Amino acid sequence: MHESHDDVGVAVRDLKKGEKIGALTLEGKAAGSVKLRDNVPLGHKVAMRDLAADGHVIKYGRPVGRVTKAIGRGAHVHVHNVKTLRWN
Amino acid sequence: MINPAKLKLTGFRRADGRFGIRNHVIILPVDDISNAAAEGVASLIRGTMALPHAYGRLQFGEDLELTFRTLAGTGRNPNIAAVVVIGIEPKWTDRIVKEIKKTGKPVAGFHIERYGDLRTIERASRKAKEFVQYATELQRESFPVSKLVMSTKCGESDTTTGLSSCPTVGRVFERLEKAGATMLFGETSELTGGEDIIQSRCTSRKVLAGFNAMFEDYTKLIESQGVDLLGSQPTEGNIRGGLTTIEEKAMGNIQKIGSCEVRSVLEPAVEPRGKGLHFMYSSSAAAEMVTLCAAAGSVVHYFPTGQGNVIGNPICPVIKLSGNPITLQTMSEHIDVDVTGILRMEMNLDQAADSALTVLASTINGRLTAAETLRHDEFVMTKLYRSA
Repeated sequence: MHESHDDVGVAVRDLKKGEKIGALTLEGKAAGSVKLRDNVPLGHKVAMRDLAADGHVIKYGRPVGRVTKAIGRGAHVHVHNVKTLRWN
Repeated sequence: MINPAKLKLTGFRRADGRFGIRNHVIILPVDDISNAAAEGVASLIRGTMALPHAYGRLQFGEDLELTFRTLAGTGRNPNIAAVVVIGIEPKWTDRIVKEIKKTGKPVAGFHIERYGDLRTIERASRKAKEFVQYATELQRESFPVSKLVMSTKCGESDTTTGLSSCPTVGRVFERLEKAGATMLFGETSELTGGEDIIQSRCTSRKVLAGFNAMFEDYTKLIESQGVDLLGSQPTEGNIRGGLTTIEEKAMGNIQKIGSCEVRSVLEPAVEPRGKGLHFMYSSSAAAEMVTLCAAAGSVVHYFPTGQGNVIGNPICPVIKLSGNPITLQTMSEHIDVDVTGILRMEMNLDQAADSALTVLASTINGRLTAAETLRHDEFVMTKLYRSA
């Protein structure tokens, strides 16, 4: 994770649905854990908390998109449930 | 931690006081129809390289100026020892020759009309032979890192670039800023969503106003086409790698400048004046952007990649960094600096920066990069609008 309070973490290997995984910041600080609701491929994002529809997704400590449908903690976060805040 | 000021760097001192890290003799066509003659000379004379391209006829206004600036800037780059310029007619050929001549390096122009390709190739080849023998006598000498001009741009980004290869370059740039080097970055479209960060780094109101004008100009260009960039930013490659939005991509991109301040903003292919980091108004397309950086005098380039962009440049060595383990497993021949250890928590950013600096120094001192050995010589000019 970029910031310990970000809404999303990045999978550093392919992750399987049902796995319980821990998150770390780049400095090696523990940043919580979640049980995966979906398979998440390497490089893709995992929700670290429940995210309500129309809310912002925080990564790098700032909004990087808008939630288009509610996302459960541990779910795969990508173009199917998040859109840019630009060009809308 | 490696301090770049303590690295032993060697290069070729040019007449204008700048240092190059390569010693090319190039055959530069002014226009598309002179490519054949330029390539003819390069195939005859060992140690020369032709730079064929697609433009140079019936361009006008700002677009023509950019083509001239890119061609002349390529010849002026300190990685170039000497230049043979070939154009269809004498006037535009002389314009390029004159701009290159200001650096004091050997340059000669030839035009094809009233000679034909074959006699032009013969005349130009005699000059090229002389230039190669001149260039191969030059010796490397030590130079301080404060004389280094380099650039960065990332490509085929994914979430690993934002986590590993881009912040690695950011750490190196912070150290280079302290050591008094000159750095270039750009990619206007890929700052979208993070432009406030660049604005906050501008060192004066003038720089800020310049940046805002360029960013607005780019935004207007997109709007004038009646479209948005949703289909192309992020790219399909970016999405496959896990990037969801342009803001997320921009935040990853911006990691490359670390905490550096922005000292000036430059039109494309304009040489920076003064030390530190400079923003150049440029496309985010890899080959176009690196070609513009080289035309602005950059002698070496850091290129972080996630999914594996294979780009290179004929005159400016491109150093690839990647932190994506799939890319390292499947296409390692393209990667110069492996920072996958960051994702495995086996390497921190300072260690990754040390490894990037070690490769930077060996590249400067003559070791060929992956892209150089693989003949990735993409020379691609930026076209602003259609020709007359």
